[in-house]
Amino acid sequence: MGIVTPGFRGRPRSSGPDLPPGQYLTHDFPVLSAGPTPRVPMDRWEFVITTETSRAHRWTWADMMALPSETPTVDIHCVTKWSKLGTTWQGVSLDTLMSDVDTAADYALVQSYGGYTTNLPLTDLLDGQAWLAYKFDGEDLHPEHGGPARMLIPHLYFWKSAKWVRGIQLRFDNEPGFWETAGYHDYGDPWREQRYQGD
Amino acid sequence: MIEPRMDLGPHLDGNVLAGPLREIFAMDVTAATSRCASCGAVGAVAALHVYANAPGMVARCPTCEEVVLRMVRTPDAAWLDMRGTVSLRIPM
Repeated sequence: MGIVTPGFRGRPRSSGPDLPPGQYLTHDFPVLSAGPTPRVPMDRWEFVITTETSRAHRWTWADMMALPSETPTVDIHCVTKWSKLGTTWQGVSLDTLMSDVDTAADYALVQSYGGYTTNLPLTDLLDGQAWLAYKFDGEDLHPEHGGPARMLIPHLYFWKSAKWVRGIQLRFDNEPGFWETAGYHDYGDPWREQRYQGD
Repeated sequence: MIEPRMDLGPHLDGNVLAGPLREIFAMDVTAATSRCASCGAVGAVAALHVYANAPGMVARCPTCEEVVLRMVRTPDAAWLDMRGTVSLRIPM
């Protein structure tokens, strides 16, 4: 008889084939927040992409709503180990927002109302991988989940999908964001379990 | 840039920092007095607003809500960011 019985093995590394290593499945939608919830009046909301030459591309809420939207159904993975599968969103693809932006930048620093930031390579925002999302499950995105609009970048840990987003700074250098300066991984691929620096 | 109105949302007081900081410091830091680097407000660490439903603990100034202190515990290290703190007065 083995010394370690099944009861002492702890949580399995992954609870199913659709889950990245170390994640568990949740059916609710946990709210994580590093600070107060900003309330941005819709008539003053704007989204600004600023290039490495300081050229600013601005969209008001009405501008954004006039753009073609997509309804991606994606799995999301939080670095605190919960995953939620098959979530349905509505938003504008970053490919659409970037279509008229002339840039040679390699990196993006996403900035939020309230001061949050997160960084990633610009290529991770393109080719159908990222959205500016304003609806979840058919409803307007609730402020606690990042409304009126948040980033949706589901192939990276969810801290990269900044809530209350207000813009993206395109840069030549890779400026680490809020969690990336405090021990979390610079890239954050859940399938390679890149939670912390050094992973 | 516009300054949005803020709803504080779910947070705890700085007393919840006692255990995590005890892993790093030899004394109970929640009894210390901190000065906020953003607005200069002085107050007990125990009175900070702590957002703990997050990938780390984020302690904010109760006056201006800027970050005073952040702590992330990884499996093999503790990360402490105190750039929002001008000083800590620690009773000895």
